[in-house]
Amino acid sequence: MIKDLKPQWRKENNKVIFRIFLETFKIQNSIFKIKKLMEVLKIATAGSVDDGKSTLIGRLLYDTKSLTTDKIEAIERSSKQKGYDYLDFSLATDGLVAEREQGITIDVAHIYFSTAKKSYIIADTPGHVEYTRNMVTGASTSQVSIILIDARKGVIEQTYRHFFINNLLRVKEVIVAVNKMDLVDYSEEVYNKIKADFQALNAKSTFKEQVVSYIPLSAINGGNVVDKSENMPWYTGQTILEHLEGLEPKDVFEKGEVRFPVQTVIRPKTEEYHDFRGYAGKLYGNNIKVGDAVTVLPSLTESKVSKIHFFDKQFDQATAGSSIVLELENDINVTRGDMIVKSGELPRIEKDINTTICWMDSKKLVAGTKYIVQHNTNRVLAKIDSIKNTISTDYSGKKEATQLSINEIGEVNIKLSKALYFDAYNHNKSNGAFILIDVATNTTAGVGFIK
Amino acid sequence: MSSILKTNALESEAIYIFREVISQFDKPVLLFSGGKDSITLVRLAQKAFFPAKIPFPLLHVDTGHNFPETIEFRDKLVAELGLELIVRNVQDSIDEGKVIEETGRYSSRNMLQTTTLLDAIEEFKFDACIGGARRDEEKARAKERIFSVRDDFGQWDEKNQRPELFDLLNGKIENGQNVRVFPISNWTELDVWSYIEQEGIEIPSIYFSHKRKVFLRDGMIWSHSPFVYQEEEEAVEERIVRFRTVGDMSCTAAVESYAATIAEVVGEIRTSTISERGARIDDKRSEAAMEKRKQQGYF
Repeated sequence: MIKDLKPQWRKENNKVIFRIFLETFKIQNSIFKIKKLMEVLKIATAGSVDDGKSTLIGRLLYDTKSLTTDKIEAIERSSKQKGYDYLDFSLATDGLVAEREQGITIDVAHIYFSTAKKSYIIADTPGHVEYTRNMVTGASTSQVSIILIDARKGVIEQTYRHFFINNLLRVKEVIVAVNKMDLVDYSEEVYNKIKADFQALNAKSTFKEQVVSYIPLSAINGGNVVDKSENMPWYTGQTILEHLEGLEPKDVFEKGEVRFPVQTVIRPKTEEYHDFRGYAGKLYGNNIKVGDAVTVLPSLTESKVSKIHFFDKQFDQATAGSSIVLELENDINVTRGDMIVKSGELPRIEKDINTTICWMDSKKLVAGTKYIVQHNTNRVLAKIDSIKNTISTDYSGKKEATQLSINEIGEVNIKLSKALYFDAYNHNKSNGAFILIDVATNTTAGVGFIK
Repeated sequence: MSSILKTNALESEAIYIFREVISQFDKPVLLFSGGKDSITLVRLAQKAFFPAKIPFPLLHVDTGHNFPETIEFRDKLVAELGLELIVRNVQDSIDEGKVIEETGRYSSRNMLQTTTLLDAIEEFKFDACIGGARRDEEKARAKERIFSVRDDFGQWDEKNQRPELFDLLNGKIENGQNVRVFPISNWTELDVWSYIEQEGIEIPSIYFSHKRKVFLRDGMIWSHSPFVYQEEEEAVEERIVRFRTVGDMSCTAAVESYAATIAEVVGEIRTSTISERGARIDDKRSEAAMEKRKQQGYF
């Protein structure tokens, strides 16, 4: 592309010609005028190589013109080396050398693309049971999840698992993408059968607010990914991209009570800001206003918000998701790990917690062991009191257990050395999740969701 | 009057990460290259701690082959914001015999920076090094964590990374280990440019189109400079160019461009179909080039 442009630029009056080029571009794509950071929508994908997940992602990148010439060339080169007569888009998403050798995606890979409307981040993970922890990780930061189904295979065990994880993590938007429609003659009947099977699965979900959408796809030739498929006139709904474009990133956050975990205290100690004492943190749950009566946890001290700062400006109100600095009316002792909430909206303050844990470490989780619980900005020493069961991700129920192995999910009771101030995960996501840190190795050994 | 703050998710995330760094580590440092990404980091750090000053120093690993415009810019920025700047020179590592200068057609000091960086980390006992790497830059970076643990030798074990869930960052390390921190992991090149435009951030002049003495090799435009190896038959010519990344002169190729303002640069990125690191000569060496360098402690 760059090479093609060169001759244009090299004519007598380069500058004028370049501007003409930009004018044309403006008409084609209004994105040119971006002057501000765009909103971001995070998407989780999971699936195996066979489902055509990489093809779907590659397609999204290709059709939104997010793949660069050098990347396309690299894909062509590698595809040729492997003897393929089509473009192997999986090479656009598979990251590390070891994985390329094995031909599977391990871990969580992040893929980026943008349209005139917004920026997208895809957290891509493998779909197999031994990568449950990766899927949980990917889903933890995503607002939307795409569950891929091979139209020839229909709803299988893996579909159950992906949906289970999206339920557990309470990902609000789920897109069920029925792929490889080209291999079932674009049959509406096949699609409807799969949709009905999935709806039956959805009936088992306890997360009723979850929005599930269904789209038939042929990712390999781009049908219903960005452009409408001409082979499926019976489908009148949106394409994947149309659907994503219509989602408001803010709307998919759960609304709840204000939770402001204090990260650090800002004390400039300069002449100009001699007595300044600001509490820095990220705001979760809901908006906060100047004048709001607040309670600081764990001390239960009460105060009022006197100022809201963002960099060198002050605001009357801040929306959830903002990283701000709060000043309080009276000079009280607040440190990292404390939490500021609105008075009258106190969270639960307890030392024994019932949780669901997804285990991520090769060293098994057993009762009686000690871990550090990191909950927001707070760290507390914890003892694993008892392990009740493991929960099967295929909706077949709970099994009694005394330990959790890597990639297993189970119900665990934990005793804390100090009380946490939390909400149930189902009620307020950010304030109901925590990680377990191994005291010996410092690794993040598991993630927990408080009941 | 009622003013409502609505911040961008990427900006909020970056500010949050800076505040986690200062809370979870004893001796953080910001690795400053003079490029647009590290300049963006400085602005985000300002926002994270205002009205307090940025509570950590900047470290510049100087290859000695930098664009003079970059160094000039660096010194001005540091003076304006009253920051502490530490400079460590690759030349010193060469003089001390710790690394050997590369020779020949593709010689560059880019690889040599690793030794100087690791020595500086040890000298100052830095436990967190904040960098401007982005996951969109290169395939091997796509799986890099926001808090990425390095062992005593600065090595990255990509198979043994800590999972990062929600906003929960685990920076617990042992003595001798350190963490590389990437606050703008989730930004793309376009995001960085849009932010520079939105915030009115100043950047070095070489990012905008200018006349420069260059020569062509392997379809790329190389700077004519005493620091860049050049064959006799590789003729010097003048072209209107700009740089999309700013690294060592020996490993940063120019692109032909008439983009003189940030708006024009953004427009050009939207139309251009060659990726940013496509203009990095060091990455062209092999597909797995970056991953290998990262395992050895490269930033």
